[in-house]
Amino acid sequence: MLTLTSRRALLLGIPALVLAGGIVTAGAMMRSVPSDLDLALEKPTAAGLYKAAIAPQTNPVSVGSMHAWTVTVLTPTGAPIKAAKIGINGGMPQHGHGLPTAPQVTKDLGGGRYLIEGMKFNMRGWWTLDLAIDGPKGADTVTFNLVL
Amino acid sequence: MRRAAAILSSVLFGAGLLAAGLHAASAPAVRWTEEERAIIRSLALDALPPLPTDPSNRVADDPRAAELGRALFFDVRLSANGQVACATCHLPERQFQDDVPLARGVGTTTRRTMPIAGMAHSPFLFWDGRADSLWSQALGPLESPVEHGGNRTQYAHVIAEHYRERYEAVFGPLPETVKFPPQAGPVADPDATRAWEAMPEADREAVNRVFANIGKAIAAFERTITPAPTRFDAYASTLGAGILNEDEVAGLRLFIGKGECVNCHNGPLLTDNHFHNTGVPAASGLPKDLGRAAGAKLVREDPFNCLGPYSDAGEGDCSELRFMAADGHELLRAYKTPSLRGAAGRPPYMHAGQIPTLADVVAHYSAAPAAPAGHSELRPLNLSETERRQLIAFLATLNPDPDDKGRNGF
Repeated sequence: MLTLTSRRALLLGIPALVLAGGIVTAGAMMRSVPSDLDLALEKPTAAGLYKAAIAPQTNPVSVGSMHAWTVTVLTPTGAPIKAAKIGINGGMPQHGHGLPTAPQVTKDLGGGRYLIEGMKFNMRGWWTLDLAIDGPKGADTVTFNLVL
Repeated sequence: MRRAAAILSSVLFGAGLLAAGLHAASAPAVRWTEEERAIIRSLALDALPPLPTDPSNRVADDPRAAELGRALFFDVRLSANGQVACATCHLPERQFQDDVPLARGVGTTTRRTMPIAGMAHSPFLFWDGRADSLWSQALGPLESPVEHGGNRTQYAHVIAEHYRERYEAVFGPLPETVKFPPQAGPVADPDATRAWEAMPEADREAVNRVFANIGKAIAAFERTITPAPTRFDAYASTLGAGILNEDEVAGLRLFIGKGECVNCHNGPLLTDNHFHNTGVPAASGLPKDLGRAAGAKLVREDPFNCLGPYSDAGEGDCSELRFMAADGHELLRAYKTPSLRGAAGRPPYMHAGQIPTLADVVAHYSAAPAAPAGHSELRPLNLSETERRQLIAFLATLNPDPDDKGRNGF
């Protein structure tokens, strides 16, 4: 699970680390991202059935390459949700297009953690990652915002 | 951070004014924000990562395979009429393309020839991405009835007769080719198809391996074809005055700003390697073209893809294919974002060469017409005549340096 500090490090770190890595590609810089955008990588699902968190498996998250993420699904009180079914969608709200790939959960890592493979961002800017979570308490959704 | 950026930009602004005074005679000094500088640097050739490995081709980086591939690339015996080689359309002195709207082999194709430099960085090849490696891409034209027009056993015989030693040094023993029919393969020619179907499965399998290896050798050669540095690269590394003129700098500003070109034309090759519907008009007289919507299905079914029996990839490789977006309305008439390196010097444009000049291309992106099918991702930019001229001026800075003739790419 990400701490507040590491979350901040990740959010601020994505562009900086990618730049440092020399593999950055550029994106829609002139279209402004909403200033009140919720950038939390850990949040309750829309109907409050679960708490979900996402984290990239490798840093930096570079534009244009495949990478894996983990998603953690917990009850609101923090107990792991086992055997959840998770659908992944997303895209760039300002461009009106979806994800360039079709990522999938490929492994149940235990303790409510799941491996998502096949993630890719093909341009910089504001991305959303929408998870449809089906678990023992029912189906719920959650949307994460990422700015690369 | 914002405050820091604001302070920084005012410092840069001041420096810019000063520099403008100092260099007014040569070229204007330019103010860029830190963010803009980062974007510009991200487009420079020196930001290009090393060639990605190709686990599906175990000889991808074998120099002997590249030498064999080079010979095959120029060999007109690999065609139905003895007159067509890869180099017939991929002309080395013309950025490995042919300057015509539709490629001409033994017949005329429905697509514009794509250049080769830097293509080893691309997970999917062809305008519709119907191949997922350089080697499987190379196999398509060999069997196309309007490109090389030949067939698999014909090519196996060419290898046995003219390349046996070099082939076997890289790939091991050739099968006993004398027993294969002279002309056989799953191609448009009904006689060759019948002959192919009459062959024992084991023989077909052996021929398929030779065929795949032809592609792997050509791919090893193509991996050595790399883009050459440009005037833009010189500018990006220093952002110094006197490298680009005022119009070119203004064009660069539009490219990464108002024009939003950099959304898709990003990274050192100025492509996101993805597929987009940008409302390009259908080419008149050609059959209906679905673009990526067809290409995604074709690559998934291709026996020569990364997951197929002729691939050297291991378990866990092939993530591009395994997690490829294969469905959805966004794929309809979506075509691969081409690299813009050298693009100003190789009209005509688009997947069927249907837009004749760069000025027409920029006008298209400014106007953002509706797509003939599917939905265009574009929105009108309403660029002025001056802005369009500036964008074109910037694009020309991505042409290879004419003094740098020693490079493979151009």
